[in-house]
Amino acid sequence: MKINIIGKKYWYFLISLIVIIPGIISLILFGLNLSVEFTGGSNITLALPNKVSNANVKTISTVFLQNKIKIQDITTSGSQVLIKSQPVDQNQDLRITQELKTKLGNFQQQSYETIGPTIGAETLQNAIYALIVASILIVIYITWSFRSVPKPTSSFRFGVCAIIALIHDVLVLIGLFSIFGHFFGVEIDSLFVTAVLTVIGFSVHDTIVVFDRIRENLRRVGGENFSEVVNDSILQTLDRSLNTSLTVILVLFALLIFGGDTIRWFVVALLIGIISGTYSSIFNASPLLVVWQEILQKRKK
Amino acid sequence: MRKNPRYLLWLIIGLTIAAVFINLPKFSNVHLAGKTFNFDPNSIFAALKINQTLNFREGLDLKGGTSLVLRANMKNIASDQKSSALNSAKTVIENRVNLFGVSEPLVQTAVTNNNDYRINVEIPGVTDVNQVRNLIGTTAQLNFWEEIASSAAKLNSVDVINAGGTYFKKTDLTGSDLKQTSVGFDQNTGKPEVQLVFNSTGAKKFADITQRTVGKRLAIMLDNQIIEAPTVNQAIEGGNAVITGGFTTDTATQLSTELNAGALPVPLSILSSSIIEPTLGSASLAKSLFAGALGFIIIVVFMTTLYKKLGAIASVALTLYTLFVLAIFKLSSITPYGITLTLSGIAGFILSIGMAVDANILIFERMKEELRQGKSHETAIELGFSRAWTSIRDSNISTLITSFVLYEFGTGMVKGFALVLAIGVLVSMFSAIVVTRTFLRLIYK
Repeated sequence: MKINIIGKKYWYFLISLIVIIPGIISLILFGLNLSVEFTGGSNITLALPNKVSNANVKTISTVFLQNKIKIQDITTSGSQVLIKSQPVDQNQDLRITQELKTKLGNFQQQSYETIGPTIGAETLQNAIYALIVASILIVIYITWSFRSVPKPTSSFRFGVCAIIALIHDVLVLIGLFSIFGHFFGVEIDSLFVTAVLTVIGFSVHDTIVVFDRIRENLRRVGGENFSEVVNDSILQTLDRSLNTSLTVILVLFALLIFGGDTIRWFVVALLIGIISGTYSSIFNASPLLVVWQEILQKRKK
Repeated sequence: MRKNPRYLLWLIIGLTIAAVFINLPKFSNVHLAGKTFNFDPNSIFAALKINQTLNFREGLDLKGGTSLVLRANMKNIASDQKSSALNSAKTVIENRVNLFGVSEPLVQTAVTNNNDYRINVEIPGVTDVNQVRNLIGTTAQLNFWEEIASSAAKLNSVDVINAGGTYFKKTDLTGSDLKQTSVGFDQNTGKPEVQLVFNSTGAKKFADITQRTVGKRLAIMLDNQIIEAPTVNQAIEGGNAVITGGFTTDTATQLSTELNAGALPVPLSILSSSIIEPTLGSASLAKSLFAGALGFIIIVVFMTTLYKKLGAIASVALTLYTLFVLAIFKLSSITPYGITLTLSGIAGFILSIGMAVDANILIFERMKEELRQGKSHETAIELGFSRAWTSIRDSNISTLITSFVLYEFGTGMVKGFALVLAIGVLVSMFSAIVVTRTFLRLIYK
């Protein structure tokens, strides 16, 4: 018995939309929770001698406000206080630390990180540039690499469909992280940008394996029945697609459980992206080639 | 080459031995079976008379330290002088950073596309805000001022001051004309003094100034404070001078050190700074390494269950892959393109292990297909590799494109990730195409 993926293609597109649309709504309503790396600001971690009390938190906010620095967020865990605020320069930091020491006793400043607004804007700009440039280069490469693909299709269509699958994965990832950002306070930092770019690489990686098989089968049997060739190609590469993604997902789960807090959301982003990338290469990219073909055929008639 | 995989096998064995040798940590006085062993992978460099040491370079997030982005204020600098001013500022910062005495500090200049002149500084091991602030202080501005007649003095000029009824005019001799300074002791009084040695232009200027000021006073000013103003008895040739400004040994040493490091040619401000405690780093490192090892074991179990003998071969190839990549990391430390291991880099490495398996899976699935069609093992191996090659090539090239773009546009953390990913992809192609294939050919021959 043969599974017919192409026959149900619109159902699979629907599933993608069900995941993507809430994310887009969240993007419009809440936007992204950008970290200080992009917005500019300071992250300061203090280790107090005892467990942090509410009074301690109040003292800290007052001292910051007296120095005319707006605090965006204070979180505590045990004896640690994490302060996220507008940019604090080194002199202000010294003054605040001294004032706090007279009020809170001897504590340790565990980490101090400040990023001026210019640096933040540059990092964001570079991230967006990187996304655009990488996408364009990949379309060009695929169009070139698939230049010998036989009729009735064209290499440019392969490139465009691969990029649509890629945009699908990026939308899934950014949309979900917009929701996570609003409800769980997850931040978009440069590690997230790294995750998005890795997912782009993976998504195209996965899509190309299926496209490569379509190219090979078209050469062998010709393009008489294009949708059947595509369906066969997807099924022939299904084992490989699933096994490959499974190994990567297993490694990522190991990282998720044992890899520590610093990279936790980075790993979550990669997991979502790779699952989405596997899905889109099987259920979106290749079926889109068929849709494109069908539209062109209808026009001819 | 296709006919005889043995050469390739020897190549692989040779590379493996080299990689193991490079990766082994240095050890000494290890007792085994009654004998004492010493080992140092650097011994080979010593034998070759290369003065280099192999190391895994750890990023700030792993060993703690301070990272700074400084911005040079170029408002008062002519546009053709800006890059040289930036470079001399870099040299001064380097000198000051070296005073911390830490290993592998990093000082780099950068000019952004909107004409911002910057210096990026990374100081491993230093986590004190005050120490770091001193880095950009404009301390130790040394100037020499000559006495002039009150009639010649125009007081509204910035180059003329009135000090207790005596007028001094600024000369062109400054701290940047110094060759070196040291601390000595006055032969008569035994008090500490700072001894100055001028460079050739400095010596010339000093000789000229002292010649025209015989019988007058010469003021030595540090950060716009007169520290002493002795009377010049005779012209001084040879470029040596001494400051005896009532120092203690400590203040003399401090002044000498600051003068040696030099003054900043342009004012610098801190654009961003972060101080990372090493404890945060090492805990994350241990966790990531553990997760990496676990991920590796999971892949080996998964591959062996799924592809039996083939999977076991792929696992061996994967072990070699890991050895090669680690050896490249360690070797890179002696090239100008040293790879710094950061947390994101390690994540990239663990991820690339997963991608390395992909090539093997592609090949094995293809071989299974060919075997199902009744082909012989040998034909299936060759067809499996040649048919899977186009997908492996195209997919890996797109990943390489992504990592090059990341490297080009990324900053710090992203760059590290991209570099590791690119190296991982290249080595994984070698491991899948050469290593796995050679093993398979030998086994099925």
